Amino acid sequence: MRGQIPPRRHILTLLVENQVGVLARIAGLIAARGYNIDSVSVGETMDASVSRVTLVVHGDDWVMEQVVKQLNRLIEVIKVVDLTEEEFIEREMILVRVNADPANRAEILRIADIFRAKVVDLTQRTYALEATGDDDKIQALLDLLRPFGIKELVRTGLIAISRAGKTPSTKPERVTDGDGEDGVKKSPAVAM
Amino acid sequence: MKITGAEILMKSLVEEGVATIFGRPGGMILTRTDPSSNHPMKHVLCRHEQVATHAAEGYYKTTGKTGTVMVSAGSGVTNCVTALTDALVDSMAIVVLTGQLPGVMGWDAAQEADAMGTARGCTKHSFTGFTTEEIPRIIKEAYFIARSGRPGPVLVDLPQAVMTDCVAYKGHPKSVAIRGYSPQVAGHPGQIKRAADLIAHARRPVIYGGGGIIHADASEELRELVEITQIPTTLTLMGLGALPTSHPLWLGMLGMHGLYWANRCLIDADLIVAIGSRFDDRVTGKACEFGTHCKIIHVDIDPTSIQKHVKVDVPIVGDVRWVLRELNKELHKVERDWAKDFEEWYGQIEAWKKQHPLRYEQRQGVIKPQYAIDMILRLSEEYDPIIATGVGQPQIWAAQFYRGRKPRRWVTSGGLGTMGYGFPAALGAQAAFPDSLVLNIDGDGSVQVTLSDLSTLVDYKLPVKTFVINNKCLGMVGQLPTGPMHQPDFVKLAEAYGVVGIRIERPEEVKAGIEKAISTPGPVVVDVVVEREENCLPTIPAGAAITDIDRAPPPIPDKSSQAWH
Repeated sequence: MRGQIPPRRHILTLLVENQVGVLARIAGLIAARGYNIDSVSVGETMDASVSRVTLVVHGDDWVMEQVVKQLNRLIEVIKVVDLTEEEFIEREMILVRVNADPANRAEILRIADIFRAKVVDLTQRTYALEATGDDDKIQALLDLLRPFGIKELVRTGLIAISRAGKTPSTKPERVTDGDGEDGVKKSPAVAM
Repeated sequence: MKITGAEILMKSLVEEGVATIFGRPGGMILTRTDPSSNHPMKHVLCRHEQVATHAAEGYYKTTGKTGTVMVSAGSGVTNCVTALTDALVDSMAIVVLTGQLPGVMGWDAAQEADAMGTARGCTKHSFTGFTTEEIPRIIKEAYFIARSGRPGPVLVDLPQAVMTDCVAYKGHPKSVAIRGYSPQVAGHPGQIKRAADLIAHARRPVIYGGGGIIHADASEELRELVEITQIPTTLTLMGLGALPTSHPLWLGMLGMHGLYWANRCLIDADLIVAIGSRFDDRVTGKACEFGTHCKIIHVDIDPTSIQKHVKVDVPIVGDVRWVLRELNKELHKVERDWAKDFEEWYGQIEAWKKQHPLRYEQRQGVIKPQYAIDMILRLSEEYDPIIATGVGQPQIWAAQFYRGRKPRRWVTSGGLGTMGYGFPAALGAQAAFPDSLVLNIDGDGSVQVTLSDLSTLVDYKLPVKTFVINNKCLGMVGQLPTGPMHQPDFVKLAEAYGVVGIRIERPEEVKAGIEKAISTPGPVVVDVVVEREENCLPTIPAGAAITDIDRAPPPIPDKSSQAWH
């Protein structure tokens, strides 16, 4: 079964407890299995006790099934969704400082205009541009700017939202401890 | 009234039903192990934190109650790592409470270690107590997480300031609310029906059970399943005891050093019913060549175990006991003369048993290790003993010749294969059952990893009988260049600790020596000097496919004496 489907990019969106060490657990879990994280972005949700983590990883379907299951197994991970399984909108923001000799300035501004990028800083020799877009758009912009000489590039990492509004939201569930005294297991142990 | 964090911790442990704590005190945990504090728990002070943690595993495996460990900061924590990893792979419910610096961390202070960072890779979950108020909640959650779902080790790091602060105790929480954790107990009814349907139409089925049956207390349900369906059953190293070894449909252990016919059943079966087992590489061999010609049903509480190595036709995520009860209900409805339908299958298995029996030959002169272990198991059988083992050849032979009939009487390190496991696991089991006969069948290599805790046996009057199957080398490592190994005189060593030492050197001494060890009160160490050149057979070479079993070296030619099974 393994390796029949070539690896592809997956965007995982996770809801996690907003606590110390959670990101370390997620990164450690993925690193321990030898997978590289392409990008990660983290931020609070509307509920301050919950953070959303957006992970971009490469893997075939077999690997991804394990990654998702393993992430779900972490106690502080509340929900995991592989957005790549459905329709979604992705965005990344970049800040890029590019060489801007007087001769090139008009051309760079024209490119920025076409890509709806903004000039956020300028010096005598450089422009700093701010741009947002999906992976393809960002890549295309960078390809066009590269001939001028990119001095510095900062990326936020990808964030994404499901088109159908299926991006998971928190709904705390209360789990009643049905176990007996002394920790003796009386399975089924948990009433849910 | 305000009380200290340490007192709150003790109250919480009592609320959780903790009766025994294994541990080792130190500067950062003294406030918690003060013997003058008034609580009903027994504290077993071990000589090494690894021993304390393995002892908690032995305690859990034999009682089904979560084992508790309390150790100090720094090396106290790092010494637990081996045992925590062992508990993680073998699904042992233990809670390890560790001392920590007063508060701020990352100062490279005396005896500082990053307990949370260390625990991340070797526990099911870990907590740090940041405030005294949250101790009851953390303890409640720690024990709940350790024992529910797929059991595992949980570490709770307790900074000293949190232990010494005084706050009002508001009682122990009655329930836990962890939104990211809700183990699935009930199996999917549709999947259970599909499984029952596959079983009802199988011609050459085999049940392959694992340690999950023991952890879920599902031995009765397994026996019922076997009796309804009359399906031959094999168990993994971790599952031994889930079906009585006297059962007519019991095949013996499977896997790399499992019995020939048990492995052949998996190769030739048209249906494998995997229950609470995880298709470990020691069972499947080369996973991509495993089970490609048959249907597989897999019942497990841990979703990550399913489809990890092997493609499964009917996965059922759920508590093994819950699922087996429902499955048995479905199978009761099936009208089929099971035993008659399987006659050909049984005949085939009998032929394999005759072709490759498990046997050894005890000649005059030198003791065969298999003979010694077989005799230990036979002569102790009437006492319904708890058998713990170290890791290596004696472990495999003890598993092959195992005679137990009940669950929770067999304690061994499976997933991690931790040398030195047997002695502390036996210690923990004996602490739980002071009046039972507890044996540790160990090798001279494995036993020396943790033997320093002989003192603990003396301190607490724990009458563990340790049999050192002494071939004066690391037998399982075999032909690899281990170099000469100096061996202590195990009898003198035992005596130095104030423990009875017995030496058995000749085959005719075996029976009397074992009987003497069993009947001697208090702890005993028996040095059984055995033949050096002896291999564990049968064997499937590491990395080979299970079907390569026929290419394994043939069993020892046997002309005369002992031939079992």
